[in-house]
Amino acid sequence: MQFKPPICNPELETTDIDDEPAGLYIHVPFCKTKCPYCDFYSITDCSLIDAWLDALLKEMSFYDKDFSVFDSIYLGGGTPSLLSNRQIKRLMEAIRSHFAFLPDTEITVEANPDDITAAKLNSLQTIGINRLSIGVQSFNEKELKFLKRRHTGSKAKKAVNLAKDWGFTNIGIDLMYGFDGQTVKSWLGTMETAVDLEPAHLSCYQFTLGESTPYGKLKSEGKLKSISEKEEREFFLLTARFLKRNGFIHYEVSNFGKGRKCFSRHNRKYWQHIPYLGLGPAAHSFRNGQRWWNCRSVSEYCKILSQERKPIDGIETLSSDQLRLERLCLGFRTESGVSLNDISNSPSMAGALSQLKQSGFVRIRNNRIIPTQKGYLIADRLPLIFDVCSEE
Amino acid sequence: MKRIRNFSIIAHIDHGKSTLADRLIQHADLVEDRQFRDQILDNMDIERERGITIKSQTVNLPYKSKINGEEFEFNLIDTPGHVDFSYEVSRALASCEGVLLLVDASQGVEAQTLANLYAAMEHNLVVIPVINKIDLPSADIERVKEEIDGELGLDAESALLCSAKEGTGIEEIFEAVAERIPPPGGDPEKPLSALIFDAQYDSFRGTIISCRIFNGSVHPGDTIRLMAMGTQHRVEEVGIFSLKMEPKKELSAGMVGYIIAGIKTVSDTRIGDTITLDTNPAKEPLPGFKEVKPVVFSSIYPIASDDYLSLADALEKYKLNDAALVYQKDSSAALGQGFRCGFLGLLHLEIVQERLEREFDQSIIMTSPSVQYRFLLTNGNTVIIDNPAYYPEPTEIKMSEEPYIRASIMIPERYVGVVMKLCLERRGVNSRLSYPTSGRVEITFDMPLGEVIFDFYDRLKSITQGYGSFDYEIIDYRESDLVKLDILVNGEKVDALSMIVHREHARERGVKACDSLKDEIPRQQFKIAIQGAIGGKIISRSTITAFRKDVTAKCYGGDISRKRKLLEKQKKGKKRMKVVGSVEIPQSAFMAVLKTDTE
Repeated sequence: MQFKPPICNPELETTDIDDEPAGLYIHVPFCKTKCPYCDFYSITDCSLIDAWLDALLKEMSFYDKDFSVFDSIYLGGGTPSLLSNRQIKRLMEAIRSHFAFLPDTEITVEANPDDITAAKLNSLQTIGINRLSIGVQSFNEKELKFLKRRHTGSKAKKAVNLAKDWGFTNIGIDLMYGFDGQTVKSWLGTMETAVDLEPAHLSCYQFTLGESTPYGKLKSEGKLKSISEKEEREFFLLTARFLKRNGFIHYEVSNFGKGRKCFSRHNRKYWQHIPYLGLGPAAHSFRNGQRWWNCRSVSEYCKILSQERKPIDGIETLSSDQLRLERLCLGFRTESGVSLNDISNSPSMAGALSQLKQSGFVRIRNNRIIPTQKGYLIADRLPLIFDVCSEE
Repeated sequence: MKRIRNFSIIAHIDHGKSTLADRLIQHADLVEDRQFRDQILDNMDIERERGITIKSQTVNLPYKSKINGEEFEFNLIDTPGHVDFSYEVSRALASCEGVLLLVDASQGVEAQTLANLYAAMEHNLVVIPVINKIDLPSADIERVKEEIDGELGLDAESALLCSAKEGTGIEEIFEAVAERIPPPGGDPEKPLSALIFDAQYDSFRGTIISCRIFNGSVHPGDTIRLMAMGTQHRVEEVGIFSLKMEPKKELSAGMVGYIIAGIKTVSDTRIGDTITLDTNPAKEPLPGFKEVKPVVFSSIYPIASDDYLSLADALEKYKLNDAALVYQKDSSAALGQGFRCGFLGLLHLEIVQERLEREFDQSIIMTSPSVQYRFLLTNGNTVIIDNPAYYPEPTEIKMSEEPYIRASIMIPERYVGVVMKLCLERRGVNSRLSYPTSGRVEITFDMPLGEVIFDFYDRLKSITQGYGSFDYEIIDYRESDLVKLDILVNGEKVDALSMIVHREHARERGVKACDSLKDEIPRQQFKIAIQGAIGGKIISRSTITAFRKDVTAKCYGGDISRKRKLLEKQKKGKKRMKVVGSVEIPQSAFMAVLKTDTE
């Protein structure tokens, strides 16, 4: 399929966000080992990295005129820290030659603690990486074994400290909670360790199993226990309260920043319909009310690009109702909430809103509905309460 | 006229009536096989899915005897196969001289087989017993023959054997129809009298009347008079039903066919009415006409109140083709504006519901069905109530009455105990048992209609492992000690969930209704209390806990589409729910309150 540059979707009402600087995402679909809970696309055959990189550079050339300027780059995966210093350098140089960036561009690399060495940090810093997102998941050795992570807790601690020593100030730590075998005590321990390391950012993800993952299959066969809804709620609230006490702002369901400046600029693009370009297998892009995504296979991706074609697997133009539903669904997950303009002003909506306000799920500020901590807990329910449009 | 044979096929549900009709049509070489859709007479999707005939259709089959080469014209008049439509069946039978009485070779004689036989005998029809499904491994032809002899009192040796599915025995059926069923009587020279046994709506041509001419003849250009309606219409076209409608110069005594006469809706005709000529009318109408009256009532509300006008429009269009449905405006404190509808029975109700949703694209809520109750008030007035919301002030009620049916149930002997228990639970009285043949029992009970309209048949089927069959007729109104059971959701009375029940069963029904609602109403972000109340006194309660957490950890990077699609799917489910106060109540909950057995 030959993909034409997206034309403006007339359904997109808020045209000003299209002028905001875009985000660039690079999907690095390689891992040394697969984590049995992870649903993101990656393969373990690292011999394909160079071929993938060749193809990626080709893909960049298809888009060099579509986005005027970027202010974030995110190398995600997979495990981007698996790339050699030479490969990362080649990648970053290509990015800079194809696209335009604002001076203070946020450039994030996801890293496995195991890959963080002085040499690696040196190289990352030299090529301009200014933000690290370190996939720690847990500082508890037993839990790390269950999660089949290749690093240990003490190694993770060392990695964060080493990065700080090298002068990285914008460091995010990814953690995971709510899986069988974890206790409130062990989770508090992990969070305390994390907070002691003074990261700028924390992502605390509730353990979620995709159906097709190895653990997901075990779960559906009844061989893997999951925690109860009540426990999930307790873990969630514990996390939110603990991190708030420690000076973090809960700015998205799973994300916490040490201050407003520490929020992930890149993720905000996803949450606010700001244009983003995703390159690499399985990456998603959004621009002018259109979303498209690449094929989910490294070999297919390379093959299509060698034929001078874009590796696009699907494309959709969102209707105004769909865009609105997404604004609700994304908005209620963040502290910026949802504009009152996005919900109808019917009496039944007003009733639902006042009821949610009274029950402490949301509050109104500056003409926006803002979810409370308790509101985050039902963030997936809120759009359904407010979205009563009758299309279809 | 001598070569015409008018007949129907009658059978208990699932005994293969439609399949046999298909084979007869195929055998008559009317259709090419490649065009042949299975069960060609059942042309509505719902009929096809449910395997039942709702609207009867008629087909004219030419047949040349293989024995003596004589040529015949058969009119196969298809009949609806459900007790809800028994009047329509009776009018179709009145148009025939004979019937094929179909009996399943493994199931044997069932309650509807008997009811159908009685109906055919009432019209003095020649009955040809046909044992179908003889290809089944479980077929027991000898036993079925015994039942035909013993239970039906028919000559078992005259029974034909066939497998409609495999197409065996069809030729013998054709020959038997030609030989055994007499040609129609009647005099073409007499004034016209024709019986309307069906009417269908066509958006281009208006109402298409299906009728049987008993005397006289009718031609395009004639002015006809519908005797019961007292209306006149000019005939545009007459004809017979081949697979398509085939216009003819006239229809005359003995024939079965259609008349198109510029009649706008089927409600302008009455099934059972007599058609005559305005200029030369028949002295009296054909016997047997009656107005069909609805027996089951339920309200229909749009899920979104904005859709009220669209629902009104859909009902009006639907009504064009269903004279049996009656409706009027209704409003509910809980559900807003809607319509109170009367149906012939629960199946009829379900059909209307499905067609409104499917063909007319309406999102609707139907309230739990009710029967018509009669209340004699202290001021001497009598009121008839079909909606529990309008239950009179208890202090003003002198006497309450409810409709009773005579239920006839046929079962293998081993189920007598459980079926008796079920009927007694449903307030059955006057039970009688008879043993038509060894091992089989016919139980009759007088029971309140209100106790069977909902899940009685399902329960019967389930406790008898599918062997129980059921038929009923409405007999009279009887005095009964009735109370209104109200349901409160979060302290608010939901009028559409109220029901009228017998006082002795009220507490138990209240408990079960609360339990069922607990299962049917989805959890929400707050706690929901459900209470049953009689006259303000709470008699039962249940609680639906709030969900504690409903959020996924990740949005999968830029793949927001995945998340949205999930929400869109959930939205679809929510669209089927009515918001009452702040609680979302799904359609299933309105029906679940009537469920009397929770196991």
